[in-house]
Amino acid sequence: MDKVGNNEAMSEHLVTIENVDMRYGGVDGTLAVSGLDMKVRRGEFAAVVGPSGCGKSTLMKLVTGLHIPQAGVVSVAGSRVTKPVSIVGMAFQNPTMLPWRTTLDNILLPLEIVEKHRRRLRAHKKEYIEKAEALLATVGLAGFGSKYPWQLSGGMQQRANLCRALIHEPELLMLDEPFGALDAFTREELWQVIRDLHASQDVTIVLVTHDLREAVFLADTVHVMSARPGRILDVHDIPFPRPRELGIMYVPEFNDLVQRLREEIADARAVA
Amino acid sequence: MSSVTGKKPFNWLPWMPWIYTVALFALWEFGVRLSGLPHTILPAPSRIWEAIIQYWPAIQRHSIQTLYTTTVGFLLAVIGGLALGLLVGWSRFIYAGLYPIMVGFNAIPKVALVPVLVIWFGIGTVPAILTAFLIAFFPIVVNVATGLATIEPETEDVLRALGAKKMDIMLKVGIPRSMPYFFGSLKIAITLAFVGSVISETVAANSGLGFMMSSAQSQFNVPLVFAGLVMLAVEGIAMYALMAWIEKRTTGWAHRSTMMAV
Ligand SMILES: Nc1ncnc2c1ncn2[C@@H]1O[C@H](COP(=O)(O)OP(=O)(O)OP(=O)(O)O)[C@@H](O)[C@H]1O
Ligand SMILES: [Mg+2]
Repeated sequence: MDKVGNNEAMSEHLVTIENVDMRYGGVDGTLAVSGLDMKVRRGEFAAVVGPSGCGKSTLMKLVTGLHIPQAGVVSVAGSRVTKPVSIVGMAFQNPTMLPWRTTLDNILLPLEIVEKHRRRLRAHKKEYIEKAEALLATVGLAGFGSKYPWQLSGGMQQRANLCRALIHEPELLMLDEPFGALDAFTREELWQVIRDLHASQDVTIVLVTHDLREAVFLADTVHVMSARPGRILDVHDIPFPRPRELGIMYVPEFNDLVQRLREEIADARAVA
Repeated sequence: MSSVTGKKPFNWLPWMPWIYTVALFALWEFGVRLSGLPHTILPAPSRIWEAIIQYWPAIQRHSIQTLYTTTVGFLLAVIGGLALGLLVGWSRFIYAGLYPIMVGFNAIPKVALVPVLVIWFGIGTVPAILTAFLIAFFPIVVNVATGLATIEPETEDVLRALGAKKMDIMLKVGIPRSMPYFFGSLKIAITLAFVGSVISETVAANSGLGFMMSSAQSQFNVPLVFAGLVMLAVEGIAMYALMAWIEKRTTGWAHRSTMMAV
């Protein structure tokens, strides 16, 4: 455990990434991120945008502790990340449901792993199942728990994936392009689900996305990454008050902000 | 017009195996009769059938013996193959160490091992069981290990991100995932087990279909040789069908398209 900074700063920032380098595949491998700095306050909704292949998924894996950086420090909740962190829930870019389990059993999977829950699971099975079904209902999948993942459409699998990331009530939710493969309508529906979730629960969210409107609509801060090796070029505070309705996407200020972000990323790509 | 009145067309599909089998035997029967081949070279199916009836008590005894040695050898291969497959799939180091040894071992023709087995265990049931075991073992190991080795990194990450240990990943993902590979390999393994037991019975035994056919051959009793072959085919088909059924029952999720169609 690395105690850095004063106590106040520590409680304010749930995630701090300081001067991190991450290289894949040994000394001559791909340098995915370099000089990466990022801070996420407790309760904040942060969005990360950037050109394809710039190291966004890498950033997510660094925060969850799936990868340990070669240089720099990643800390979550005040302690340095040296192995996977169980207060984090993660939804990956592709839905990774296990085909031999029903959707409900897939959603319950984290509870069989996370230390805090696995001991309680057997005795409190019913309570957990109710919770999973409530989650399914919030994402519009009520009654689909008994179906197998391959009996669900791609969009439905993404929603179930989201439920799985939430079941163990993580303090920090990492979402890696969770709506990538969805149609516009389902996407907007799920934006509202995530928005309400963030409003109603005490959760910090980091969302990676390609969709700048999504980033601006949902987030408190938008972090723009450079082309590979990725680092944060700029952080934008999104001023729109909450709760936000889908309608704000049609006000000029919203579109100006999206336009500015778009240009910034275009510049970042051009530099590469 | 008849399609409008809509009488459901007869579903031929389930009958096709029988139709083709009957057609094959009919062709064979006619071929032999028309060409006048002596039954010491190629007996007609009717002649084989006569032989089956004539020698039924002996055929029955030898068939049961072969079924017994094959099944026991196969079951040993299932247990051993599953255990070694899990071990090999567990760690890249064990995999790297054992793989060349297993490939080398698999390259040895198992018939060459029968004399060794006879020296150790004498003529009879034990060498047949062990030959069946040795030959059926390899595909099971390879399949189980492949199932474990091809876990998608993303799936592993999902569990690792939650703090899962190697054992958790094995139990929650590795083993369920390798089951379709395992049950798929049973069909190959049971077929090979018959090859193993019959080879051993032919060379070194005094019962079993392999022994029966080699003695019939030395007496130029060709119809009896063919009767033995027919019995082997029947046993092989029955066991294969059993394995296919088990595979389907246990790993239905891996045949999602067929299940969706139901
Ligand atoms: N496991 C790996 N081994 C080697 N290189 C990798 C690995 N994962 C990612 N990389 C490389 O690291 C760089 C960043 O990858 P990353 O997946 O973080 O990008 P990304 O920003 O998430 O891209 P996208 O927007 O397309 O999802 C890429 O150049 C990629 O080739
Ligand atoms: Mg990515």
